[in-house]
Amino acid sequence: MYFYILKRILSTIPVMIIVALFVFLMLRLAPGDPAAVIAGDYATAEDVERIREQLGLNEPIPVQMYKWVAQLASGDLGTAIFSKLPVTTLIGQRLEPTLLLALSTITFTVLVAVPLGTLAAYKAGSWVDRFVMLFSVAGFSVPVFVLGYVLIYLLSMQLKILPVQGYKSPFEHGFIEFFRHIILPTLTLSVIYIALIARMTRASVQEVLQEDYVRTARAKGQSEFKILLRHALRNAAVPIVTVIGLGIALMIGGVVVTESVFNIPGLGRLVLDAVLARDYPVIQGLILFFSFVYILINLLIDLSYTLFDPRIRY
Amino acid sequence: MSEGKAKPVLEINGLTVRLPEGADREFAIEDVTLSVSEGEIVCIVGESGSGKSVTAFTVMGLIPKKDLTPVAGEVLLQGEDLLKKTDRQMRAMRGENMAMVFQEPMTALNPVMRVGDQIAELLEIHTNMSGTARKKRVIDAMKDVSLPDPNKMYLSYPHQLSGGQRQRIMIAMALALEPRLLIADEPTTALDVTTQAEVLELIKDIQRRHGMGVMFITHDFGVVADIADRVVVMQNGKIVEQGTRDEIIAAPKHPYTKMLIGSVPSLTPPAHSHPETDDAALKTHGLNMVYGRHGFLQKGRLVHAAQDVELVVRRGETLGVVGESGSGKSTVARCIVRLIDPTSGDIDIEGVNIATMPERELRAFRQQIQIVFQDPYRSLNPRRTVGQSIVEGPMNYGLGADEARVRAEELMRVVGLAPEALDRFPHQFSGGQRQRVCIARALAMEPKVLIADEAVSALDVSVQAQVLRLLRDVRERYDLAMLFITHDLRVAAQICDRIMVMQHGVVVEEGRTEEVYANPQHPYTQSLLAAAPGRDVDFAQLV
Repeated sequence: MYFYILKRILSTIPVMIIVALFVFLMLRLAPGDPAAVIAGDYATAEDVERIREQLGLNEPIPVQMYKWVAQLASGDLGTAIFSKLPVTTLIGQRLEPTLLLALSTITFTVLVAVPLGTLAAYKAGSWVDRFVMLFSVAGFSVPVFVLGYVLIYLLSMQLKILPVQGYKSPFEHGFIEFFRHIILPTLTLSVIYIALIARMTRASVQEVLQEDYVRTARAKGQSEFKILLRHALRNAAVPIVTVIGLGIALMIGGVVVTESVFNIPGLGRLVLDAVLARDYPVIQGLILFFSFVYILINLLIDLSYTLFDPRIRY
Repeated sequence: MSEGKAKPVLEINGLTVRLPEGADREFAIEDVTLSVSEGEIVCIVGESGSGKSVTAFTVMGLIPKKDLTPVAGEVLLQGEDLLKKTDRQMRAMRGENMAMVFQEPMTALNPVMRVGDQIAELLEIHTNMSGTARKKRVIDAMKDVSLPDPNKMYLSYPHQLSGGQRQRIMIAMALALEPRLLIADEPTTALDVTTQAEVLELIKDIQRRHGMGVMFITHDFGVVADIADRVVVMQNGKIVEQGTRDEIIAAPKHPYTKMLIGSVPSLTPPAHSHPETDDAALKTHGLNMVYGRHGFLQKGRLVHAAQDVELVVRRGETLGVVGESGSGKSTVARCIVRLIDPTSGDIDIEGVNIATMPERELRAFRQQIQIVFQDPYRSLNPRRTVGQSIVEGPMNYGLGADEARVRAEELMRVVGLAPEALDRFPHQFSGGQRQRVCIARALAMEPKVLIADEAVSALDVSVQAQVLRLLRDVRERYDLAMLFITHDLRVAAQICDRIMVMQHGVVVEEGRTEEVYANPQHPYTQSLLAAAPGRDVDFAQLV
């Protein structure tokens, strides 16, 4: 088990190297001169030359590659072109809102989707089931930004019970302010994952309910509620947890849109700003950072299987 | 045990259960009347579709109410009609007043819950015992079914136990609250023959000590002979005959009962002819199969599934490979047809070694060895007509569509099916018919060697006899060398000319069938023969 964890952590190194090389080549092999692209349409030849030198683009590719890898190995993701701040600092500054938004979304999603899916599976074919499935289809179909604006309009502008936008850190403004501001973004971001995970839970639990050991539990005189809780859900857990993990990985895209709609200064906004400003070092740094998070989540998901299923041992 | 004197625990009177519309008959069971008294084991015997399981599940209240509706009769457990109980009342009675043991202990236990906790759950539902009291009671229940080291085993998960241990856990669970009625639904069918003998002995012993009534469902007359006090025979949802064990086995009255008993293959092999030719169609030499791998930086766990297996099958001869699960008998079959690649050794087909032949060259030889698998429900593609399945092989080897069709039609006649049925899909056939189709499919390749891997094990006993007869006929007709893999000593006795007994991947005994059965040399062979259910009764002689 510990050997397996060590092996998995070590294996992230080659993966990260491949991602780093891909990011490096993406910038160099793209048509056109990146320096000119960054400098913009009205830059002078000197401006372009200055940027080229700043990015080290005037050196031979192998040398550039060596420097880039050496720089990464020392934990340095480079310096942003516009803010002149180290990329690691930028990511550090923006991490908290995104992390908390992701956490609240996952918590809310799991708390809603798993019971909903289980209920739908238990009552398969009934109106409860049909309602949950209808909600699922709808949840898949509504774009995040549309839902965001609809929620703002209803809850903030008409009912005036929640703030329109913005983010308040729980460490500076207290938990209540944080909570008031995080509700709408969480709701907006959750809907699609609730739809996804509820469906998966339904399918998984429905399959488990056909198993012989559920019949055994009934033969013992166990109540239906406890059968669902004790026998069905835990056996259905592995596929559900897998989808939750995939959901977290896919959340990066949703975070970009949600943070823009609700004006939250998180990593999603940083991505958007960097892309619009063509701040290549920041883009590179963010891609590497997100890949790392993705790999980490995958590892955690794989390890969590052992908690649910004693037959899985690494 | 005599009926009538003891108090009845269970009385079923005129029970009728309706099937949903569109089923092949109106009632799953019709006018079923039977009783189980204290201290009595009543066996319900029948083939698939006879309604024996529906009867048991109706008593337990575990039938899906949407599909199966009791429409008449009563089910009295200690005088109370179960059909009139609410769901909540039934829950309170299940586990406490009546308990059930199922066929497949692996799937009947929750794989992610410790077995001790699964037994304790029953006590939690029905009693107010404290956690420690529950644990003590569970340990006692585990001791009662002779499980080794209960304190340690309490913490095990089902997959860490053997099949027999798992079934003992199920029995301990069923008996933890000392119910007056135990329903056992084919509890030993999924077990190896030696384990089966132990579990049957355990059920008898426990029933004697606790004095409960046992309703024992089985399809196996060998088991009936070993365990029953009384026997109820069911066919197509109706009881055709019931009586004491000796009445039914020694003097069955109903033709169906007679047919069932007559179909039980005898443990005494008939005289087999032994052609003294040396015309070996299939030969293996030093065949080894090792599973497992040496991981990178990791010590791999190696399993020797087959060790130095030497076998010879001549044309027109049947060699039986007999053994329990994990003995390596199926591994040998799979190696010979090269579904898996043997680790080392030779496999000679008509003098050509195919053990290490690359796939491209092997193709020409694949035709010569064909295999029929255990489960005819899963070995035919459900989306293709049986005709398509039969002609696919020969057409792969260059036979034209018309010739292939003609051959398929002829083979359908050979296996006793109508050629017109070629255009039907597998689900339109019964289990026995499907297995005939599988045999026709194998024969369509015009093989030299036919391997039957538990080919009759999933079939009802009456159908089993017919398929065995068919296999014997085609072997003679096409002068085939047949390798017959089975766990069933009765079947092996009837069809095999020679027998090879395997244990843990090693051949422990080999010889002519009649000699091995009459005078087994190896202790393992002796224990297998001693464990065969109903070994003291020669069923075929009775009718």
